Amino acid sequence: MHPGAWWAWALGMGTAATRTTNPLLLGLLLAVSAYVVATCRTVAGSAYPAFVRLGLTVLLIRLVFATLLGSAIPGTHVLLTLPEVPLPHWAQGIRIGGEVTAEGLLFAFYDGLRLAALLVCVGAANSLAAPSRLLKSLPGALYEAGVAVVVALTFAPHLIADVRRVRAARRLRGRPDRGLRGLAQVGLPVLEGALERSVALAAAMDARGYGRTADVPAPVRRTTAALTLGGLLGVCAGTYGLLTAAGGTYGLPLLLAGVAAALAGLRLGGRRSPRTRYRPDRFGVRAWLVTGSGVAVAALVSWAAASDPSALSPGVVPLVAPALPLWPAAAVLLGLIPAFVAPAPKEPS
Amino acid sequence: MIRFEDVSVTYDGVAEPAVRHVDFEVPEGELALLVGPSGVGKSTVLGAVSGLVPHFTGGTLRGRVTVAGRDTRTHRPRELADVVGTVGQDPLAHFVTDTVEDELAYGMESLGLAPAVMRRRVEETLDLLGLADLRGRQIGTLSGGQRQRVAIGSVLTPHPRVLVLDEPTSALDPAAAEEVLAVLQRLVHDLGTTVLMAEHRLERVIQYADRVVLLPEPGAAPVVGAPAEVMAVSPVYPPVVALGRLAAWTPLPLTVRDARRRAAPLRDRLPTEGARGTARPATTHPPETTAASPRPRSGRTFWSRVSRRADGGRSHGSPRPFGALADARDLQVRRGRVTALRGAGLDVSPGEIVALMGRNGAGKSTLLGALTGLVRPQAGSVTVGPVVPAATPPRELVRHVGLVPQEPRDLLYADTVAAECAAADHDAGAAPGTCRALVAGLLPGVSDDTHPRDLSEGQRLVLALAVVLTARPPLLLLDEPTRGLDYAAKARLVDILRALAADGHGIVLATHDVELAAELARRVVLLADGEVIADGPTAEVVVSSPSFAPQVAKILAPGQWLTVAQVREALR
Repeated sequence: MHPGAWWAWALGMGTAATRTTNPLLLGLLLAVSAYVVATCRTVAGSAYPAFVRLGLTVLLIRLVFATLLGSAIPGTHVLLTLPEVPLPHWAQGIRIGGEVTAEGLLFAFYDGLRLAALLVCVGAANSLAAPSRLLKSLPGALYEAGVAVVVALTFAPHLIADVRRVRAARRLRGRPDRGLRGLAQVGLPVLEGALERSVALAAAMDARGYGRTADVPAPVRRTTAALTLGGLLGVCAGTYGLLTAAGGTYGLPLLLAGVAAALAGLRLGGRRSPRTRYRPDRFGVRAWLVTGSGVAVAALVSWAAASDPSALSPGVVPLVAPALPLWPAAAVLLGLIPAFVAPAPKEPS
Repeated sequence: MIRFEDVSVTYDGVAEPAVRHVDFEVPEGELALLVGPSGVGKSTVLGAVSGLVPHFTGGTLRGRVTVAGRDTRTHRPRELADVVGTVGQDPLAHFVTDTVEDELAYGMESLGLAPAVMRRRVEETLDLLGLADLRGRQIGTLSGGQRQRVAIGSVLTPHPRVLVLDEPTSALDPAAAEEVLAVLQRLVHDLGTTVLMAEHRLERVIQYADRVVLLPEPGAAPVVGAPAEVMAVSPVYPPVVALGRLAAWTPLPLTVRDARRRAAPLRDRLPTEGARGTARPATTHPPETTAASPRPRSGRTFWSRVSRRADGGRSHGSPRPFGALADARDLQVRRGRVTALRGAGLDVSPGEIVALMGRNGAGKSTLLGALTGLVRPQAGSVTVGPVVPAATPPRELVRHVGLVPQEPRDLLYADTVAAECAAADHDAGAAPGTCRALVAGLLPGVSDDTHPRDLSEGQRLVLALAVVLTARPPLLLLDEPTRGLDYAAKARLVDILRALAADGHGIVLATHDVELAAELARRVVLLADGEVIADGPTAEVVVSSPSFAPQVAKILAPGQWLTVAQVREALR
């Protein structure tokens, strides 16, 4: 399965999540993403639980702030009254403590849930297709940059292992291994180690042929440069045109032409790199279906949000129980398609 | 295939060349072994083959290095990537991707091979190196031997004609080392690959070499020749050669098998009941009377040797009274889903040197960690002297137990030896100057302003040892102390440790180095899968084991001789 398909699906789900604050709809969306992750997960040491925890943290922080700082929502159902901190007159509009209303808390909950759902969708993408695999699908001209990012990503776990080792060594020297000062003194040896490892890795990569270039005829090189530069200029001018009122006519065509030229430049530039791909991921029918399901969810929920805002953003004043809008819910269920079309993950060996 | 023509390399900012007048040739299909003491420039020579010296490291290379007819002056490392495969000392620093299969393909991708060819070669290499079961595994989850094999495989897939390896077996247990060497031999025999390899543990590799390039001392021209000839004059040699020299066998045997066939007369000359390791019952440990660990040659004990230099502080003359030093029982340690220790235990008495052996991942380091409080066991009890390590603040604990970790550099933070020593005195609450006096005793001639990074591997280990000894812990633990040490540094370490044991320190070594264990340890504890599977006198445990027996034991079996020194003593 092409990693791009998974990311498209997950981003589609995420987009849908940003369109609604209906907790029932969001819950359904979360359940769908969790089900797909559970059936199709391929990445060992999944990132999904970590992102779920992150989402919960975000939700909790949002609620705590709403409690402490109050909320702009005028509410009548006072749950409790915190002692209010008197603030000088120039801090008008800011409140610390005071009345906590059910409406304010509920609004914060809906809002936090939306953000949490978005984070969980990103986590789903991470656990379905590692970002490094996505980078491998970059066009040839960008490959080297992609490798650099992959290497940087694999460095994080090394760094953590280093910190553990150095902290253990501090303990062996009879120094406290906890506390802020302890942590600060660990920094330097760890950085030193990381630097040495990077140099060793750079040497190894060089010796394994990283950065070999093919001879490219001069006209092709010049065309590449012209296309890339011209394309970027076109993109800039086109964007300007789109954003200013006067340039409505030339903006879009210029932007599209610029993008096309830049892509052609990238493609030509790929010729300079002689590298080939080992078992590239193919974008097959299954990948299209997965992508399509994500796009469909995003499009349908967005459309529903535009046509029936009250169902997708239930009001909090007055307090009402949110209802599950039928058609948007059915749209969200489209996100389950990958669970049936994606190939079963191989047993991790 | 590899040709050095009068090569000298001078690094930037260094007056003396790292290597001088190196001139030799390795013909196609040979396995050449580069040997010599630490610091003679072995890594420089290896780096020159792949072009990393001087293109990557900087410095000036005089003379000419050609590989498969390509001059490294005009070809940068990446342009030599299709003929030279290089594996450095640390395989982890070599990996670019995160799974085994991608790693094998990476080099071929860089060279732009056709996808069909890549697919075929990856499968071939997986089979050749026995990695087929690991193809989808994350590299971080592999064991040391597996990593080394993946690293070799990753440079093999582009079908290089030359393979350059820097200490490929140093970090491996005996079985994993055999695994890697078997692969190398297969490459040389079946594929005609030319191999140039540097290795300190000659006892493991010398038998595979077709040719030996000896760098006898820094700046000296290399001696090149057949292994037996070069070993006759080499300052570094494995125990089998030492025994051969002792018995005046010519030509020198290089393998245990050759030596055994010659050894019949020697076995007859040796006293039959002289297998002294067996004379002693396993349960009692009389202090330092056996041949396996004789008193230090100097005749004085460790602290009396160094105390002359120490000013003030505690009374260094007599050792502190030591009780039972450490007692660990029924330890259970789980890390995630992996059980690192299941029921292992260890007791150490004063004056005893214990070797802790077992394959990579058997739980040796975890056991040492439990003794130093780095690892908190889920069940079982650990006491070191009067304290429980995991519940003792570090400052207090260093007075009871000291550990020199696998990477001694982890212990050293300061940028000069003097600063390091001052910090060590402070950490240990010792009188100022204690650590410096230790360093002066153990490492004569190291100046105050030397940066610890500029010390050799062996010197750094001794500096870390001095730092640990500053607090005078009765129990001393060393994790894999001989990695990267040459024979001279090892001999120095053996002397120091024996003197410490004679002073009543209990010493535990976790090591793969069977020769070191044979020389130093009175008792060997074998770990497998987190359990103790053997615990007894070195001679009894080690002689019967095919992978943990030292060379001398294999040659002179069934007599229980462990080291050349014992044999020499008996013949006298």
